[in-house]
Amino acid sequence: MRAVVVTFPGSNCDYDCLQVLRKVMGVDTRFIWHREHELGDPDLVVLPGGFSYGDYLRAGAIARFSPIVEAVKRYAGRGGIVLGICNGFQILCEAGLLPGALRRNDSLKFRSHDVHVRVETTDTAFTRAYRPGQVLRIPIAHAEGNYIADPGTLERLEAERRVVFRYTTRAGARGEGGNPNGSANDIAGIVNPAGNVLGLMPHPERAAEGVLGSTDGLGMFESLVAHFARERVA
Amino acid sequence: MIAAGSGGNGTGPAAPEPRPGDPGITAELVADHGLSPEEYDKIVGHLGRTPTFTELGVFSAMWSEHCGYKNSKRLLRLLPTEAPWVIQGPGENAGVIDIGGGYALAFKIESHNHPSAVEPYQGAATGIGGILRDVFTMGARPVAVLDSLHFGDLDSSRVRYLFDGVVRGAGDYGNCVGIPNLGGEAYFDRGYAGNPIINVMCLGIMKREQLIRGEAHGEGNTLMAVGARTGRDGIHGATFASEELGEDSDASRPQVQVGDPFTEKLLLEASLELIRSGHIVGIQDMGAAGITSSAAEMAGRSGSGVVIDTTLVPVREPGMTPYEILLSESQERMMVVVHRGREEEVRQILAKWELEAAEVGQVTSDGRFRILEDGRPVADIPALPLTEGCPTYEREGIEGEEVRALREMDLTPYAGGEGDRTADFLRLLASPNLASRRWIHDQYDTTVRTASVIQPGGDAGVLRVRGTRRGIAVTTDCSGRYTYLEPGTGARIAVAEAARNLACAGALPMAVTNNLNFGNPLKPHIYYQLREAVLGMVEACALFETPVTGGNVSLYNETSGTPIYPTPVIGMVGIIEELERVTRHAFREEGDVIVLLGRNTDELGASEYLYAMHGIVGGRPPRVDLLAERVLQQALLAMIGEGLLRSAHDCSEGGLVCALAESALDDGEDPVGIRVRLVDPLPSTALFFGEAQGRVVVSCDPASLERVRRLADRYGVPCTEVGTVGAIGGNFVVESADARIEADIREVGAVYFGALPERMDAQ
Repeated sequence: MRAVVVTFPGSNCDYDCLQVLRKVMGVDTRFIWHREHELGDPDLVVLPGGFSYGDYLRAGAIARFSPIVEAVKRYAGRGGIVLGICNGFQILCEAGLLPGALRRNDSLKFRSHDVHVRVETTDTAFTRAYRPGQVLRIPIAHAEGNYIADPGTLERLEAERRVVFRYTTRAGARGEGGNPNGSANDIAGIVNPAGNVLGLMPHPERAAEGVLGSTDGLGMFESLVAHFARERVA
Repeated sequence: MIAAGSGGNGTGPAAPEPRPGDPGITAELVADHGLSPEEYDKIVGHLGRTPTFTELGVFSAMWSEHCGYKNSKRLLRLLPTEAPWVIQGPGENAGVIDIGGGYALAFKIESHNHPSAVEPYQGAATGIGGILRDVFTMGARPVAVLDSLHFGDLDSSRVRYLFDGVVRGAGDYGNCVGIPNLGGEAYFDRGYAGNPIINVMCLGIMKREQLIRGEAHGEGNTLMAVGARTGRDGIHGATFASEELGEDSDASRPQVQVGDPFTEKLLLEASLELIRSGHIVGIQDMGAAGITSSAAEMAGRSGSGVVIDTTLVPVREPGMTPYEILLSESQERMMVVVHRGREEEVRQILAKWELEAAEVGQVTSDGRFRILEDGRPVADIPALPLTEGCPTYEREGIEGEEVRALREMDLTPYAGGEGDRTADFLRLLASPNLASRRWIHDQYDTTVRTASVIQPGGDAGVLRVRGTRRGIAVTTDCSGRYTYLEPGTGARIAVAEAARNLACAGALPMAVTNNLNFGNPLKPHIYYQLREAVLGMVEACALFETPVTGGNVSLYNETSGTPIYPTPVIGMVGIIEELERVTRHAFREEGDVIVLLGRNTDELGASEYLYAMHGIVGGRPPRVDLLAERVLQQALLAMIGEGLLRSAHDCSEGGLVCALAESALDDGEDPVGIRVRLVDPLPSTALFFGEAQGRVVVSCDPASLERVRRLADRYGVPCTEVGTVGAIGGNFVVESADARIEADIREVGAVYFGALPERMDAQ
């Protein structure tokens, strides 16, 4: 399996994503600079967190014009696996690869702490290693994570079971203060209709080693590694 | 390229003529530049003539308190600065120590008090920006920031505005660059009402061989200005920072700079790439006093000279004078000294990061700081007197009568008697000085870079060092109230408590960076505070073997004549040899034994109890026995090293009961009950809430208790079994011979975690 992590000017979780893939998962991983026009031929593309172009204008609004994003669109169109974390999720929405948008948190503050998210579907390349309904403890760190979409889109996301992660309490219940940013339907992460593009606000790469306090994010990377191992056999 | 001669032809360049449009030099203009008549005479002596307006501005900045340390240097010289592990001591952009495994740690603390008092958001943001640059210009990648904040009481809407703005500003900047916040402190006391203290600390890690210094050597090498363009913002910020604030300080807003963390992030990546490339010989932040100080200091350190043409400096607006360009403190700019002939390679690296670079001058060998405007000399100053010649003073220091009276006040009316100690405890815990700081930390990214092992909220922040088994622990500490009432004691406690915090995490204290925040040193009672505090620090840093590798001095912290509490903030770093042994403050297992190391005393002076319950700042701060502290910490490290402890927590503000509550609450998710019985024959106020030094609350498996006792005995450290850890959601019970506190731990948690949000978000 080969992975690339896209670095935009202002990305700041690029190194963290590379570390998890390379050091923890043993995946052949390299950075790719935003001005490149081709991705090469990776199995996985990660759009990492950070503040691409300072998040000026709107988070992700300028990054979507980077040459590499066109390459990511083509790659995703061919069914390539794309993972957007935090700012990466924002860029995927701005680029039209995922529906909806991420607004300022309802608290109007940057929020940085652990949250609980429930795995809503294990039927994706990103979540097979989890149990259905499993509650994960993973950090968030964002100012603009308040997911919004028009009612039709939200209905479609729910009907097509494309909400992959939802904010809950530790016990897995909705409401009761589990939602840290005001996201519609407590949405923390969604996939595209084909299931190959996932965006989420929490940072699984920050919860993948015991020394950091949680390994609940590791399942996502294990799912991806297993997915490609299976593909190779098939 | 610079066309002017190098001065090597024997005749030397022409002396600068007054520039058309510049004001003439008058006594009033000299005073406006913060220079005394005697200092002005010295300047004339160094130049052998009347300075030009530009030269006066340059001297004013370099001889300001901020750059020249004129009132503190003689005291700072007394601080211990050396140890075998110190790679770089004071005088550089940041101190550097060896942390083993081929790695070095760069770290420094700096103040941004004056800008933050006027414009809190940008003041704090640019404070973070500046301290990051100080660290990455040493070749180290910043890995953590901390902030030590002191504000007035939160009852004031102005203070809430300042506090909110500072937290948002520090957060937005650090979050955007992607540097985790690992802690710090926040204190609220009327002593900071008009003049908040905003100190920010940064840590960076590098391979030892990647260390680079801010030097300009090699005649003919090229000076390049890199990063943001130079604008008219922050002109004379260094001089502004060296004056008292007054009624009209809001008019100083143009002296506050505006930060752009995105450019900072690019500058950080580009600088590290430049340093690794080998194309450059030196690099320095254009911080306080901008181009002036960066160029002069780099020349001063290497004994060379520089020549700069201001018309080559990229500017934001036309018509800027050499004076403005030299003294601008526009943010996110660096001065880089490039090996001659490698300018194009440097430009390419910078272009990759979408940054501008301009050749603005050259290194010379004539020992002069020369400034041209389109080839015409506007300043020509011997470099050494600029950086080293700032006059230093030893002022008169006499303790203020008022403070002596406060220290000696009779506390008996507040010290004992009947009372509902449970109500006292809950009221105390709601004090913003004791309540959870989560409201702050939730606005700071604490987990980016995936190295944060202990996040803010514990005794110390802990980071892993990748590629080793080690960890770095870091803390900042200072109780201004202690230092106000007895400056030497306050400073000794700040050092001792910082070391204790590190030891609680299992770290051996290694080195210190300090930030001396004081009032106007020309007032004898202020200079007394400064002198006593530094002397206290000298003694404590020597005893803990934690040399001071640099720091910052911020004087004139006064508003309309009222000084802040003297606030010598200690930033201390330590090493955890085996990260597996890292220890946290929270109780862990039901049935564990709670043990107090150290001794309770009958001391209530200078306590948060007196302030929160009675509004009193008075009495004697707690006694501190430095040797006993050191031994206590050694015993603690031995216990942690043998894997005997489940938790360790420093006992400080709020006393023993508040420390117990913090260990019982942890992050509030699974708070545990405790049952503690204290037998000391002391008044319950002092026993529960007094702030006796040299105490640590630890917990251990009952099976380990005997070994804990034996170790304590071996070190001669008092060791008392005081209680047991109860069940999740149980009752919090602390009793003495004649008093009792009992509360549902979840209620305690609601008070502890709710206090700051209620103050800040309900408004």
